[in-house]
Amino acid sequence: MQRSLRTFQIEEVLRPLGQMLVFSLASSIILSLFVILLAFLFQNTAIGADVTRRFGVSLMNYTLLNLPQVLMDGLTLGFVYAAIALGYTMVYGVLEFINFAHSEIFAIGAFVGVELLIAFQAYGLIGGQNSLLSAYWWLLIALLAGMLVAGTMAVLVERIAYRPLRGAPRLVPLISAIGVSFFLQDAIRLIESVTTGQFHRIMPTFGNFDNRIPLFTIGGNTVDIQIKSLIVMVAAIIMLVGLNYLVNATKVGKAIRAVAQDRPTASLMGIDVNRIISMTFLIGGTLGGAAGVLYALKFTRIDPFVGFFPGLKAFTAAVLGGIGNLTGALLGGIVLGMLETFAGTYMSIFTMGVAGAEYKDIFAFGILILVLIFRPQGLMGENVSQKA
Amino acid sequence: MSRISLSNLLQMAQQGRWPYILTLAHVLLGALLVYISPRSNIAFLLLISSLGTLYVLKTDNRFKIVLGLFIALVVMPIVGVRNIFYLEIIFQISVFVALALGLNIVVGFAGLLNLGYVAFYAVGAYLWAFFGSQQYYVLPFAPGTQPTDLPFLLPGDAFYLFLLLAIIVAAITGILLGLPVLRLRGDYLAIVTLGFGEVIRQLANNLDKPLNFTNGPQGITPIQRPTLPQFAVDAFNKVFQDIVGRPVETATLYNVMFYLLALIVILVIIIVTIRLEDSKIGRAWTAIREDETAAVAMGVPLVRLKLTAFAVGASFAGVMGALMAASRTFVSPESFSFMQSIGVLSMVILGGVGSIPGVILGAATVTILNLQVLQGLSLYLSQLRQSDAVIPIINFAWRDLSTQLDPAKYQRLLFGIILIIMMIFRPAGIIPAQRRQRELASETSDDK
Repeated sequence: MQRSLRTFQIEEVLRPLGQMLVFSLASSIILSLFVILLAFLFQNTAIGADVTRRFGVSLMNYTLLNLPQVLMDGLTLGFVYAAIALGYTMVYGVLEFINFAHSEIFAIGAFVGVELLIAFQAYGLIGGQNSLLSAYWWLLIALLAGMLVAGTMAVLVERIAYRPLRGAPRLVPLISAIGVSFFLQDAIRLIESVTTGQFHRIMPTFGNFDNRIPLFTIGGNTVDIQIKSLIVMVAAIIMLVGLNYLVNATKVGKAIRAVAQDRPTASLMGIDVNRIISMTFLIGGTLGGAAGVLYALKFTRIDPFVGFFPGLKAFTAAVLGGIGNLTGALLGGIVLGMLETFAGTYMSIFTMGVAGAEYKDIFAFGILILVLIFRPQGLMGENVSQKA
Repeated sequence: MSRISLSNLLQMAQQGRWPYILTLAHVLLGALLVYISPRSNIAFLLLISSLGTLYVLKTDNRFKIVLGLFIALVVMPIVGVRNIFYLEIIFQISVFVALALGLNIVVGFAGLLNLGYVAFYAVGAYLWAFFGSQQYYVLPFAPGTQPTDLPFLLPGDAFYLFLLLAIIVAAITGILLGLPVLRLRGDYLAIVTLGFGEVIRQLANNLDKPLNFTNGPQGITPIQRPTLPQFAVDAFNKVFQDIVGRPVETATLYNVMFYLLALIVILVIIIVTIRLEDSKIGRAWTAIREDETAAVAMGVPLVRLKLTAFAVGASFAGVMGALMAASRTFVSPESFSFMQSIGVLSMVILGGVGSIPGVILGAATVTILNLQVLQGLSLYLSQLRQSDAVIPIINFAWRDLSTQLDPAKYQRLLFGIILIIMMIFRPAGIIPAQRRQRELASETSDDK
């Protein structure tokens, strides 16, 4: 089945879109049914009474009223995780090692984007009287700059800290990667704090990103979505589809898959393995950087250590989906983002305030450990032909 | 006619009487300098490094032991009570030597990368912190609302019992963590242990409700110390008062006591580690590290030995945790961050994975870099900032230097650089393990 690589393959665009739709819908429905079931079961117990006392609504109503918002937030978070997870999973697929520094590549992307926007604001380019459309253009520029710098950094890191270690025992590059991660954290902090005296940055407010679009009304309660959440989702979906197309339907993608499957043989077939590995880091870093800017847009405040938890969770997502597998990373990201948001919102209700949102990080690790114990290959790990 | 070069000099220093003379000279010079100027960091570094000279130069073992004991039991306490900061550094070094030796068992001997090692340290620390303070009676109160006149649960001398309990509890924690995750491959194990470390820290942070176990981010204080009998204070003063120059108070002597306790713990740990290294267990660990499949084929009980490695490594950290809690009289979740785990890892990597003297050297070096060199630099910079000095060519006034540029805060940079550089240029560490040296030698001869 020899298909020309030059023609545009529409099915490689539709397939990931379909997958995303299926994953999102499936995880939304399963988790929603689960909490509704829980609410139904505990409706008439002390938990239900506690909710009624605190919020003045019955447990079932509270659950249902919050549900649409939770689903929106969960999906947004899930797509951000998926975009970061793809970086881990691509590098793991090609080199079989955990790129610890990926979370700092993410942070670099976030800082470049935010610094650029702060500079735009200082020159009066954004905010105020400018048209809405231009706000989107400036955001796009910041996004692209973040992607460019993060991608370049990822390639540099590979060149300096990983390439000399090729062929060394497994733990050696891993430890080097941890070193890079720590080094970059403090390097960012050094640069940021020497220039302004503070090491955190706040995303400037401009455009209409904080506005909310009402979607529909349930029982007198309007469900809405913030424009920036919508931007995050759309941008993430475009990137995920683009990556999928790149890996599955282009010549470079074919080379990446070949190197992932068998490095010596790929080399014998005339593929420049080092170039492809650099390419993998470039793509992964670019995605990570974009995710960083999107994260800054959504959560506003960033600091040099901002990458740590999203990085860990994205890694969890990659493992959850089956590491080395692109579709798996997508699934893992969406499921983890959903689970985390659900846990953050409902855990405190169902435990009567004993364990609340502060345990949501622990929750993610718990999932990671459970997955590794019961299904170390991840949810989609067996699908080796998809490995990239 | 021999050329005078560094290697020739080093060779000469190892011959005849020279080792004895050099070692004694180094020790005496260091001790004298510290005695004369108790605030000098350089003098103190000279004294500390004399232990290195003592180890490196070829002298009689009895000479080494006697001189080592003399430094540890006579010189250090005297120097320490004259400047309490030195004892603090030595205590820190011993804590990290113990942690590094424990991590060395897991990473160096058994080859299991543990990134959440500091969790076991936290377990030991919180164990004594809970039972050795008023925390048991604080249980029903939210942090900050407890009455001030609560009794202590246990007498301070129960600490010695809890040193043993900390070993057991930490070992059990190690086994509990090990059981589910040992089937995993190396890099997955690293992530899971990292997660475990974070879980323990988050628990310490959040377990102030519904029952107040850990007092949340504020930490538990005061924690009791074991009592220091008055006759010990009197005896110390009787012997050392003239040299120290003034009578020493009980509060200062507590530091000496914890220093000696840490020394004893370290000695026990070193002996255990040395005995383990070439024992049946130690050789089985090496086999697992080099090739799991082959080790199993040779009849090595994989799970049991991995669990042993986890338990032994954890117990070292546990006992030091309890000691630290008593010495500080305060624990808080901040002391058990991921950065601490990586700090201990970089000590092991810097010194030499699997090498006992290497790991000790690594722990001492990193701790001194951290506590003395970085902080010294910070101090120097802040002095510059207050002066009117200007960098000539670029015309930059030191006063304008950002106050955020404080080298003492940039430990991650230090750890990161250590890890990267060591991995690229010298993965076996400063003092490679002897077994590894043998392996490397045979590997290179195979290649030829």
